[in-house]
Amino acid sequence: MRLITALALAASLLLGGVGGVGAQERVNEIGNVSIEGNSKVDMFRPEKDKESIPRNFQKQPPLIPHSVKGYNITQNFNKCMDCHSKERAEETGATKVAKSHYLDREDKKHSNISPRRYFCMQCHVPQFDAKPLVENTYKPAAKKGE
Amino acid sequence: MMSLDKYLPTWVKRIGLVSALLLFVAGIVFWGGFNWALEATNKESFCISCHEMEENVFKEYQNTVHYTNRTGVRATCPDCHVPKEWGPKMIRKIQASNEVLHKILGTIDTPEKFNAKRGQLAQNEWKRMKANDSQECRNCHRYDYMDYTEQGNRAARMHPQAFTEGKTCIDCHKGIAHQLPAIDQHIGKQNEGAVAISHGEKPAEPAEAADKK
Repeated sequence: MRLITALALAASLLLGGVGGVGAQERVNEIGNVSIEGNSKVDMFRPEKDKESIPRNFQKQPPLIPHSVKGYNITQNFNKCMDCHSKERAEETGATKVAKSHYLDREDKKHSNISPRRYFCMQCHVPQFDAKPLVENTYKPAAKKGE
Repeated sequence: MMSLDKYLPTWVKRIGLVSALLLFVAGIVFWGGFNWALEATNKESFCISCHEMEENVFKEYQNTVHYTNRTGVRATCPDCHVPKEWGPKMIRKIQASNEVLHKILGTIDTPEKFNAKRGQLAQNEWKRMKANDSQECRNCHRYDYMDYTEQGNRAARMHPQAFTEGKTCIDCHKGIAHQLPAIDQHIGKQNEGAVAISHGEKPAEPAEAADKK
């Protein structure tokens, strides 16, 4: 019995040791940044309110040019629609929800927004002051007639 | 003692000076005790001592800026839900005996029951805040001292506009500390029993509609 305990202890020490070595290795894919310690991600801050951001490519879902802190989308209430719905947009000066959002999957138009568009932030994302880890050389395809 | 006699009012002479002094002390003790009881029931720890509050609204509030924020300044339950001035505070405290009754009846003692009543509860509180011009918000947030240059673009645009139109905080800032009830926002099929939310344009209407139901 004592032998089994000793063996188990030794095994767990060994395994723990291996795990420790693994964590100290540097992960080159994200630019020689150690993955130890506190993640820096939570130090990024939402960008301050600004005018709408130009699209990077055709049909890109427009980016959210303001902080969305505390803006919840729940079963009961969609905070985005409090300003961006067609009923509210004029008063709040927000961008109106696009017409495409009223189509169901059969392309049939409805008087209400399609439920499949409910989760705004699946496509429209807020911006943070995070700098790109690697240089981005993306160029959009030329627009029609260019 | 004899020289004092002519300065004493007749009722003091009748009951005796010692009794009068004892009455005075008893007054202090009773007023102090009353005030103490009032303050004791005006604490966050008292509010969440009942699980109706702790399991529902308190949990939701923990995700909001009035619970946790950069500087650690907090607005606790009574800061928003109990008036600070003596008169309105007494009135609210007496009204709260109805809440004690429903605590005993167990009207909202499960999250399911609470959510079923959420629309009504929320509208009661919106109505109260609308009636006193969001006094509890304005105890800390005063329009006159707002620096629009420090506010985000959207807040700096909307605030002066809303104040000119005579709107009050609760007209727009509903659901700032707790989850909202189901609101009809013209998305998909309308929710059963969803509340139409007002932004101050038609203040009395939603409350009246709720009364008719």
